[in-house]
Amino acid sequence: MEVARHWRETPERYRMEAGKCSKCGKIAFPGRMICPECGSTEFTKHTLSGKGKIVTYTIIRTAPDGFEDLVPYAVGIIELDDGIKILAQITDCNPEELKTGDRVVAKFRRINEDGKTGMIYYAYKFVPDVGI
Amino acid sequence: MVGIVGYGTQIPRYRIKIEEIAKVWGADAASFKRGLNLNEKSVPCPDEDCATLAVNAARNAMSRAGINPQEIGALYVGSESHPYAVKPTGATVSEALGACPYVHTADFEFACKAGTEAMFVALNLVKSGAVKYAVGIGSDTSQGSPGDALEYSASAGAAAYVMGAENLVAELIDTHCFMTDTPDFWRREHANYPEHGGRFTGEPSYMKHVTGAVNAILEKTKMKPEDFDYMIFHQPNGKFPVQMALKLGFKEPQFRYGLLTPTLGNTYSGSSPLGLAATLDEAKPNQLILLVSYGSGAGSDAFIFKTTERLLKVRDMAPRVRKQLDEHKMYLEYGQYAKFRHKIVKPE
Repeated sequence: MEVARHWRETPERYRMEAGKCSKCGKIAFPGRMICPECGSTEFTKHTLSGKGKIVTYTIIRTAPDGFEDLVPYAVGIIELDDGIKILAQITDCNPEELKTGDRVVAKFRRINEDGKTGMIYYAYKFVPDVGI
Repeated sequence: MVGIVGYGTQIPRYRIKIEEIAKVWGADAASFKRGLNLNEKSVPCPDEDCATLAVNAARNAMSRAGINPQEIGALYVGSESHPYAVKPTGATVSEALGACPYVHTADFEFACKAGTEAMFVALNLVKSGAVKYAVGIGSDTSQGSPGDALEYSASAGAAAYVMGAENLVAELIDTHCFMTDTPDFWRREHANYPEHGGRFTGEPSYMKHVTGAVNAILEKTKMKPEDFDYMIFHQPNGKFPVQMALKLGFKEPQFRYGLLTPTLGNTYSGSSPLGLAATLDEAKPNQLILLVSYGSGAGSDAFIFKTTERLLKVRDMAPRVRKQLDEHKMYLEYGQYAKFRHKIVKPE
């Protein structure tokens, strides 16, 4: 991953900041230049709730570079209470016990690192919403 | 008047039992459990570190504080497991909270008292009028060398405190420090694990400095042990803080909420701050709490807080410590724990 790209995406990755169309209210995450619903170019900042439910998921058993030590781990599509769907890793769980429809909540986690001497990348992941 | 406006904690879900560690090293689990009053400890998930625990604890603190993050003027993170040697954890935490760019930050290190150092500086910056709100955090994913006594206790967790001058959940009554250069525990640059002076960590170190801080703040405030509803000492194990409390004239009901080590382990910089949070979770308004940290090297910070009515209103706006500690635990075998803690050497 590029350090500069990660840094540019800090508002989305660290704080789940989305764009809300000032004209039709459509929420875009990540933010867009033009609203896909109405074509407006006016957006206000909208911080996502970070709460939602699992729409679907898969369990990764053969991981790409940098994720080998995490297997088996789940990656899923989460439908947030804000009405949008996002793709994210689901952690702090036994992936075999996950079910579609389970409530999940976003937490701040490490998502990768450039080896042992490079940059550490942080962003949101989701965990089962058990109130802890 | 200054004090705590909001507090929050984060404890990992993973645990390992003392028996599981002792089994690998041929040690007597029963003697560890009995001698050190330890049963199990928290273990960070591989995607958790000092920064993630600090952010998640601070978000819980912000939920209780109910303030605009842009009003945070200073944020300090105390830890002995900062993810980088050079790059501030506080910058990551400030950015994640939305407090940047007008925020002063620094990372503190003083073994297990780095967390209360952060709290001490945050409180005094607010008291001086330099900032409206300041955040002090103690967060650690502690290291213990494989097979060493520390491996049975070194755990992970964080507690964050938003300090301010209004809408307090606990008012600061006073603080006092006691510090000397005492070589009881250290970790050199590039060393993976700390080393310690064995029994030297007891009498001339923990006992002397905790006693010094307690006696100093009691004398300064003209108070006695029985004046406090609750007290929390740093908890390297479940034995030292209880021994120390009884010796200084405190009684079991005063530390019943704050003593977490038997099932949490030693969260180093998070240790006594987590004990304070667990006590705030249960305290009633207008109760007095004594907090005394200890950090090897060595020193203790003492604080006296008095709870307010607002505590009851904000308490359930974030998870309580006992809920994070007692519910939804996931137990690891030693092999999984060794992998989680990067104790297995792999080719680069």
